[in-house]
Amino acid sequence: MQSGIIALLVTSLGTAGLLLYAARIAIQTLRSWDLGSGSEQQLLLERKTALVSTIVALILGFQVVTLALFIYTVDALHILFAGSMCAAGTLNVNPLGYPSLAIKLLCTILAGIWMIINRADYLAHDFPLIKVKFTLLLVLAPLSLLEAGSLTSYFLLLKPDVITSCCGSLFEGGRTTLAGLLAGLPPVPSAIGYYLVTAVTLLNGIITWRTGRGGLLLAVTSLAAFISGIAALVAFFCLYYYEIPTHHCPFCLLQPEYGRIGYLLYALLISGVVTGCGGGVIHLNRKRPSLSVIVPKLQKRLALWTVLSFSLYLLLVTIKLLTTSFRLD
Amino acid sequence: MRTVIESQRNILDYALSGLMRRRGKTFSLILLYALVVFVLASIMFFTHAMRRESELLLSGAPELVVQRMIAGRHDPIPLEYGRGIATIRGVSRVQPRLWGYYYDSDIRANYTVQTTTDDSITRGTLAIGAGLARMRSLKKGDELSIWGYDGQPRTFQVATIFTVESDLLTTDLVLTHEADFRELFHFPMERATDLSVTVRNPREIPTVAARIAELYPDTRPITRQDILRTYAAVFDWRGGILIVMVSMALLAFVIFAWDRASGLSANEQREIGILKSIGWKTEEVLILKLWEGAIISLTAFLLGLIGGYIHVFLLSAPLFARVIKGWATLYPSFRLTPFIDYYQVAVLFVLSVFPYLLATVVPSWQAAIVDPDNAMRGSE
Repeated sequence: MQSGIIALLVTSLGTAGLLLYAARIAIQTLRSWDLGSGSEQQLLLERKTALVSTIVALILGFQVVTLALFIYTVDALHILFAGSMCAAGTLNVNPLGYPSLAIKLLCTILAGIWMIINRADYLAHDFPLIKVKFTLLLVLAPLSLLEAGSLTSYFLLLKPDVITSCCGSLFEGGRTTLAGLLAGLPPVPSAIGYYLVTAVTLLNGIITWRTGRGGLLLAVTSLAAFISGIAALVAFFCLYYYEIPTHHCPFCLLQPEYGRIGYLLYALLISGVVTGCGGGVIHLNRKRPSLSVIVPKLQKRLALWTVLSFSLYLLLVTIKLLTTSFRLD
Repeated sequence: MRTVIESQRNILDYALSGLMRRRGKTFSLILLYALVVFVLASIMFFTHAMRRESELLLSGAPELVVQRMIAGRHDPIPLEYGRGIATIRGVSRVQPRLWGYYYDSDIRANYTVQTTTDDSITRGTLAIGAGLARMRSLKKGDELSIWGYDGQPRTFQVATIFTVESDLLTTDLVLTHEADFRELFHFPMERATDLSVTVRNPREIPTVAARIAELYPDTRPITRQDILRTYAAVFDWRGGILIVMVSMALLAFVIFAWDRASGLSANEQREIGILKSIGWKTEEVLILKLWEGAIISLTAFLLGLIGGYIHVFLLSAPLFARVIKGWATLYPSFRLTPFIDYYQVAVLFVLSVFPYLLATVVPSWQAAIVDPDNAMRGSE
């Protein structure tokens, strides 16, 4: 019964409702879309696409804000649970915590990619990507409903007397959970792996930005850079932030003791993966006549964003690595 | 990029002038909206400030308090328990505490009476809180009578009056000498109200608490962390109940906004019709409508936020302080330390602006798709 929780629940329910409404339009459109026809219904459908893109744009904005709010809220709630010291413990109080976070993250990334497809579609004049984007919407809407459901049950099932695990024990190497697996990765090799993947991604991104080629590969590499970025953060870089050789928690980075640097780091990773993958998706459709000019231009811009996001992330963690007095022996 | 910003700026300009033209309608909407935000903001600021205050307060509280329980009720604890606890590894000090409440029927208020080891309080003297001194118009050196357990009054001299700065903590506090306390309340010797335990390493507090519970099964160790958690839960819970109640008002407002946005006046319809006939696209009209919504909700949000701030931190939340604070009679008059947490502002923003935007997006679209031809003809 905390104001943050109420805000999150209200928004997630509203979001899911509106997306379901949009999904209904999507089904209608997918069924009876016929650009050649000048019927009343086709006209209405064309107008409804404007509504749908506004709805998703609005919801993307909401998702970004509520994702940060969600993490902040669970982080702030940790004092209510014996044994927890940050968001990691709160999310672990019941089995729905981590799935809720994962679904929310996925929704945000998908909504971002959707907006990129929508942009390309809007710039062309014959709705070339209408089927692609509405099919994606049919994925997004149930996912958002799932998110609302899991978020609501997660918060309802929060029992303050549960003794949960602290991040110190969750993110401890040698465990079979995903968290344990991530933390158990050997620090130095995972860092080297991250640098290699990021180097390839950045190189790929720059090529795409200059020449417009390799867009599909960039989608793959940026996804890899996203995953390896998180893995290396948990396994290696966070040790330098905490200056403790055994603390692998990805959530303590969000606390004021560390300047809330985590928010920036995760935002950069998300922005990198969204622009990278979004570029890849529109790349698949570059052959359509109405998109042949638009896609390469948009793609170059997206590639630039991918490069900027990932290189800033790289810069931040590397500076920390070099400037802290902590050394991993 | 520049052209995008430029065109958005023009649409924003137009939205502002449109809202100013419908001044009465706009202002009444903003006023109503701001009122809802104001109530929400007041609740959130107040709850949060109280929570912080209690946290600050408790930071001076003992890390671990041991109470004795008899049949589920708190009972004086034998001092030998304290000597036993002092032998537990990791415990650096055990201090018996003597305290209780005293009801003063003259001013109809409860005092908190506590003993002190401070040398300035000798037998027959007292230290009292500023609130108490104010209520009984006492000065330093004056005398105060307190009725003992046997119905006989005992007279004490006021040695110290606490400063106003510590008002929240000490307003109803009376400090006495230990011997006076025992005599006044006929408190059994070799007993204390509870024991305050100091633990050398704070990480060991839970272990020490478990050990105490094991050694003396009839005691209840309470850690500061427990108290903090309870306070946080209580304030959050009270604030949450209020927010749920206000949410009903918010819901009503959202329905009102929905209704407002879907029922366009003839003038507005004609306006949109003209815009479309001079070449505005549906998307642009939609953006115009969304800008209007954004202007209204941001203005109302800021107004409500400022109003809530003034209400809580400058006027001490007269509207509903009692519900959240509790019901003590001798409450100090205090101003909460102005404290704005960005998180609170973000939550308030999500809670008040998002539902409005959600509710108006579909009606805005409906307005944007009107046929220019129909719209202009309809108004004639």
